[in-house]
Amino acid sequence: MTRTHGVRARRRGAGVPVALLLPAALGLVFLVLPLVGLLARTPWATLPERLAAPGVLTALRLSLLTATLATLLCLLLGVPLAWLLARVEFPGRRLVRALVTVPLVLPPVVGGVALLLVFGRRGLLGGWLDATFGITLPFTTAGVVLAEAFVAMPFLVIAVEGALRGTDGRYEEAAATLGAGRWTTFTHVTLPLVAPGLAAGAVLCWARALGEFGATITFAGNYPGRTQTMPLAVYLALETDVQAAVVLSLVLLTVSVAILAGLRDRWITSP
Amino acid sequence: MSAQRPRRVTAAVAVVAALAFVVGCGGGSASGGGSAGAAGTVTVFAAASLTEAFTRLGRDFEASGGTAVVFNFAGSAALAAQVNQGAPADVFASAATRNMATVTGAGNADGDPVVFVRNQLVVAVPKGNPQGVAGLADLTRPGLKVALCAEQVPCGAAARTALDAASVAVTPVTLERDVRGALSKVRLGEVDAALVYRTDALAAAAEVTAVEFAESARAVNDYPIVVLRNAPNPGGARAFVAYVRSERGRAVLAGAGFRAP
Repeated sequence: MTRTHGVRARRRGAGVPVALLLPAALGLVFLVLPLVGLLARTPWATLPERLAAPGVLTALRLSLLTATLATLLCLLLGVPLAWLLARVEFPGRRLVRALVTVPLVLPPVVGGVALLLVFGRRGLLGGWLDATFGITLPFTTAGVVLAEAFVAMPFLVIAVEGALRGTDGRYEEAAATLGAGRWTTFTHVTLPLVAPGLAAGAVLCWARALGEFGATITFAGNYPGRTQTMPLAVYLALETDVQAAVVLSLVLLTVSVAILAGLRDRWITSP
Repeated sequence: MSAQRPRRVTAAVAVVAALAFVVGCGGGSASGGGSAGAAGTVTVFAAASLTEAFTRLGRDFEASGGTAVVFNFAGSAALAAQVNQGAPADVFASAATRNMATVTGAGNADGDPVVFVRNQLVVAVPKGNPQGVAGLADLTRPGLKVALCAEQVPCGAAARTALDAASVAVTPVTLERDVRGALSKVRLGEVDAALVYRTDALAAAAEVTAVEFAESARAVNDYPIVVLRNAPNPGGARAFVAYVRSERGRAVLAGAGFRAP
């Protein structure tokens, strides 16, 4: 104890306090160890043929497509929602903010059941959608997008709202005094100001959508090429062939980390 | 140079502490499992389709002077994997011989498994059978939405065998991860029919009608049960298995829709 104290005193300013370094190292170990376990069990010798197995590419393509579409849907609806929560005073704002986080605390399987109760054949809106527009969502790729967006949107809304609250409102006021309308101010001042927060939120949202399992399998079911995303394929592979499940997990992990790392360099420039 | 050394020391301390944390956690969970067995409980890993019947049997077993029974209900494949990874279980009851073979093959069974019940498939349809489904051939009707289990799980493999035996090609809207998933799609009205076990349809009799079909006899699932080699409570495990196979046990299982082997 006295030794670390001395060290800290000598290296004041430049050093990293043990009280932070220790939990940080533990946190890193905790997050990385399961990855090590995955890599340790990877059947490297049979990897190429397992990757070429039918269904792997189909599931991966479907996962990337649905996660991206879900993120776009979240941006379209979530950014205005975040703006509303951050910039407009209205009665019940606290309640709305709490409601936005409901999908975060809801077990995804319950979220899937809830979606069925609304958009299913006998759901609150599902019957009407089918009768009026001929749209059925369960067991379709659109249903996968919907399930993923439901679970992932809170990540985007919370990130963007936080970014909006952290910006200086005076820029928007200045734009207004210079004659810009609220929409012009939003697109030309507000959005560029929160771009890093927006990007971070979108990335979080995309990552959550990519890993989504419970709501997807409950609401959209599982059918190869239509609703079977990578997490669903991993789950079913686990039933019979652990090594196949490990390979699928590795594929999903590699692709998502590569994409996230690529985006990070391009979009999110840390100071 | 002098600034480098303390940093290295700090890093070393962090790594050692991290390892101690990891090792400590591993030891903790193992001893926790051991003490559970010593407290006089029997831990039973059982297939999800046994949930209702075994919960009842467990209560009866306790009431009749046996030790307390703790259940872990899940898919047979997941349970087999848990047993082989060293989960502190006393008894394993599987919904398929294939998953039991995984456990016996790894040398984790104490003695030979015994088939204690059989289960057959039925077509589960919404209560009252509004679409008038009479057998497997009706499942190919256009517009009829059908849920099957994925072929990786026992009910899906059985469905494949039955459909092949009947030479019926069904295009399902979903391949569910387990039999309860397929059943819940019927209960929620999202599909018009699903191939599930007789016992599952019976457990949901308030919302679901079971349509029996001849080809189900070609795809019968055997349920084996065994005492595990590393059972923390081998005596209690044997007593529970004997109770399951007793007259009383057979009556409860038959009441749930299982057939005698």
